[in-house]
Amino acid sequence: MSEMIALAASAPPAVVYPLYLQAIIAIVKGAVLLFVLLTLAAYAVFAERRILAFMQGRVGPNRAGPFGFLQPLADVFKLLTKEEANPPFADKWLYYAAPAIITITSMLTFAVIPFGPSDWFIITDLNVGLLFFLALSSLGVYSIVLAGWSSNSKYAALGGLRATAQMISYELPMSLALVGVVLAAGTFSLREIVCAQSGLWFIVIQPVGFAVFLIAAVAESRRTPFDLPEAENEIVAGFHTEYSSMKFALFFLGEYVSIMLLSCIIAVVYLGGWHGPWLPPPLWMLIKVGALVFFFIWIRATFPRLRYDHLMELGWKWLLPLAIANVVITAALLLAFPKLVQGAGK
Amino acid sequence: MNNLLIFYPAAVVAVITTLMVILTRNPVYAVIYLILSLCGVALVFFSLGAPFLAALEVIVYAGAIIVLFLFVVMMLNIGRVMNEQDCLRPSRKQMILPGFLVIVLLVETLMCLFAAAPVNPAASSISTKALGQALYGKHYLGVLLSALVLLIGAIGGIHLGRASSCPDTKERSIHAPR
Repeated sequence: MSEMIALAASAPPAVVYPLYLQAIIAIVKGAVLLFVLLTLAAYAVFAERRILAFMQGRVGPNRAGPFGFLQPLADVFKLLTKEEANPPFADKWLYYAAPAIITITSMLTFAVIPFGPSDWFIITDLNVGLLFFLALSSLGVYSIVLAGWSSNSKYAALGGLRATAQMISYELPMSLALVGVVLAAGTFSLREIVCAQSGLWFIVIQPVGFAVFLIAAVAESRRTPFDLPEAENEIVAGFHTEYSSMKFALFFLGEYVSIMLLSCIIAVVYLGGWHGPWLPPPLWMLIKVGALVFFFIWIRATFPRLRYDHLMELGWKWLLPLAIANVVITAALLLAFPKLVQGAGK
Repeated sequence: MNNLLIFYPAAVVAVITTLMVILTRNPVYAVIYLILSLCGVALVFFSLGAPFLAALEVIVYAGAIIVLFLFVVMMLNIGRVMNEQDCLRPSRKQMILPGFLVIVLLVETLMCLFAAAPVNPAASSISTKALGQALYGKHYLGVLLSALVLLIGAIGGIHLGRASSCPDTKERSIHAPR
């Protein structure tokens, strides 16, 4: 931890604060980020409901406050005050732990996301930031699996099994797609990856990697068209069938936080992060993340759910070979033309 | 100095959770203790100046391999408590040789620990690039050999999983609807 804190305070303004001050700064930045994140997650739910309603020719929630802007608040109160029904046949400890795991793993990753060039817009510039994201997203799988297992109900177990298979299958192409970016930028640090894109965004030189990562990201967030772990018409609600009240809300929160997380990662890794003309850097980052969240919602409104064998075929027979080919071709090109990308071969 | 603040708690957590892996009776809990143990080991690596290794430890072991363990434990439905045969304790006679071997190793480890000069972990942080150059330069033979082992494992897996490897299973194999 101290090394992470030290790294956070070690960039441009070379003021070395004492350790306790570094810790306090990191905690304050984390608290502000959490507040913004939770608020945005609540409004992402609202935005999704309104946008889906618009796309399907409905009205959507518009009663609470002007244009329904107080709807998230009403939702939170409803969920907090609802009766909690814990199944007596569940495995208590894991049943309670599962929703916490997904929320923690998806929120923790925000510590390495750079929202701007200055030290104040990133909690810690970890030198293996991209791997940190992959590590925590692979730990997030346990939440779904354990929720399915500990509920001790057949629908939940089926959802949990489906989720395991799906998330393992799509983690591989996702990581391999990122290898192309790491080769081009020559670093795992997310801040340096953004800095390497000051001339050309990586979406231009890594179009295949971008497409593979985008599809794998939607699959990783378990949303339509890849929402087989919670397919309503087959297995009730999948892994969270037995969850109610605030524990259900935590799964819901985890889903929307991970949508924002994946949007942030796509913006940072492929869309040039905070780079953009005229507007201040953090605003550019917010605009890109907002556009990507809208894109996620748009996908949900557009595509029908995949069949299970198609899902596995897409992951293993299409995305994985494409991602491997992308890595090989990128590496060969970088070896042949080392000056192709700014910052390559650092 | 600050690294010690991470190292000792992480090491204690790793040791306790590893003990719990073999002491707990519920196989699913054992797998979860194993995940915690691997995360503890990853933090130990991090505090010793190897962040890349720490990240890989979590991604490869905790994130991929243990998921498969959990998958198998759930699929086989071993149940909440192991059967009686698994809970049997070995007799005293059976414990003598392994116990002796463990004591030999423990004494040697302790001797190594006290003989070695203390290193400053913070000063010896290993960059990802240095690690890659060492692996694919000096130790490329080891990389090739481990790749070979993995390839053999993959071939074996494909062979065992083939629908026609055993005539009996051909009819029972599940084909995706087309």
